Amino acid sequence: MSSKDNDYLVGSRLEKVLRAGHFAVTGELGPPQSADPEVIREKAALLKGYVDAVNITDNQTAIVRMSSIGAGTLVLQEGLEPVIQMTCRDRNRLAIQSDLLGAHALGMRNLLCLTGDHQIFGNHPTAKNVYDMDSLQMVQMVADMRDKGIFQSGDEFKGTPASFLIGAAAAPFADPIEFRPLRLAKKVKAGANFIQTQLVYDVKEFSKYMKKVRDLDTHKETFILAGVGPLKSPGMARYMKNNVPGILVPDEVIERMNKAGNKWAGKKAADLSSEEKKARSKAWKEEGIQICIDLIKKIKKIDGVAGVHIMAIEWEEAVKPIVEGAGLYPRPEEK
Amino acid sequence: MITGEQKSLEEIQTLLGEAEKVLVLGCGTCVTVCFAGGSREAQILSSSLRMASKLNGHPQEVTDFTVQRQCEWEYLDEVEKEIEDADIVLSLACGIGVQAIAEHFPKTWVVPGLNTTFLGIPVEQGVWEERCAACGDCILGLTGGICPIARCSKTMWKGPCGGSEAGHCEIDPDVPCAWQLIYDRLSSMGKEEVLLELQTPKNWQVSRDGGPRKIIREDLRLITEEE
Repeated sequence: MSSKDNDYLVGSRLEKVLRAGHFAVTGELGPPQSADPEVIREKAALLKGYVDAVNITDNQTAIVRMSSIGAGTLVLQEGLEPVIQMTCRDRNRLAIQSDLLGAHALGMRNLLCLTGDHQIFGNHPTAKNVYDMDSLQMVQMVADMRDKGIFQSGDEFKGTPASFLIGAAAAPFADPIEFRPLRLAKKVKAGANFIQTQLVYDVKEFSKYMKKVRDLDTHKETFILAGVGPLKSPGMARYMKNNVPGILVPDEVIERMNKAGNKWAGKKAADLSSEEKKARSKAWKEEGIQICIDLIKKIKKIDGVAGVHIMAIEWEEAVKPIVEGAGLYPRPEEK
Repeated sequence: MITGEQKSLEEIQTLLGEAEKVLVLGCGTCVTVCFAGGSREAQILSSSLRMASKLNGHPQEVTDFTVQRQCEWEYLDEVEKEIEDADIVLSLACGIGVQAIAEHFPKTWVVPGLNTTFLGIPVEQGVWEERCAACGDCILGLTGGICPIARCSKTMWKGPCGGSEAGHCEIDPDVPCAWQLIYDRLSSMGKEEVLLELQTPKNWQVSRDGGPRKIIREDLRLITEEE
């Protein structure tokens, strides 16, 4: 995308930052399993000023939470720009479109289109799923809403169309790995203006992926934000390596996390006092943040990466030290 | 039974493309009974394709064969040679048969000649209706033997909705309202009280919503997991 052209698609802060060529920073905010607005306000306060926009998850991991658009409205009121996440799991094309009309009317301008985690992983595993469309088809649909002023049916808007900067997700390390750059290109062809990737811990493998993405010129047609996230413990690192599909955690990262807890090595949790446990957790978390900072610094140098998406769900406090440590603070002024 | 309907000749020709040797493979079970993909239909379709391909100026060598069941390996083994000789196999089985061929013959390009439509019943000669949605958790015992999951347009558990009119569904005057049928049957048998019970939402996990399903019957298996 041309950075000289000021003819913005939607003129959101995220779009302006990306188009100006700044290395963008987005964050993530998980709404509560309650109707409590204070939770959102508190999290927004931790992120404000440190990210250009914040993703509001949509019933993440298929657990019922405050709606993305509802929480996004609260986030907007706090002076932070939301990226609404919308999954295909819970809504058919009617519901998605009508919710997007509402989201636009409430001032939201960034959207991340996702297929959505299967409900079997969440707290309502016996629910019927929808999956009327997949994320690629949602991208096409919202691109047509914005660019052609039509609904998915082909009917024209009566009045203001719903316009969003359209995002999509990418899983660089999921199988079949050789297909991933092609699938990314397909999402961009469908209309994705920005991409947020699954968590990257293996910079070497991510560089290989980006090389293939560059070979397809995909990075010139969209803004790619690499997903990063701070580790809380060596156990979390091992769990991600062994149990989460599409996440590569190199041994050296696990080793760094282990080392951070060396002082307490060989001791079971039951043998530690609560002070010791707290101290160990603090040491791990500090190292997790430092690893994240180091990752961002390396990722920033990869050609074709337009920013980072920091996923620190239920640990929003970590975003400030990460952004500062990576030299990404202060965030650019909006012009 | 599984019902199917033949795709249009035009669509079938597009699927076959420029392939020179075409094998039209019929199936002798469900799709024979519903007159969509049995031996007779395979023969008729083959000659239609031969004629059409001659008219197009690219004559195709079209042969046909019908096996008892395309969804069982032993019957597919019978036509191994015919399948491997063909450039393309046009399966007239349901989607299960098409996939069985793809699974059993990794180098064979197979395309469907039918649209698999539903699990249903011939209500009269030439008319089939849907009866079962294979939801994995049968509730017919609560609804007088009439399935609202397959036959109510909204898959309602506790109908009828406000769109029931003179025994038919609001979506189409030709679609009977399943809940009118259920109500009529239960009330005629003096069992209306069944309709007054409240139920929690259905478990869709055992239906397709829980992912592709599988049945394992250890008592029937020839090889156990350990072996």
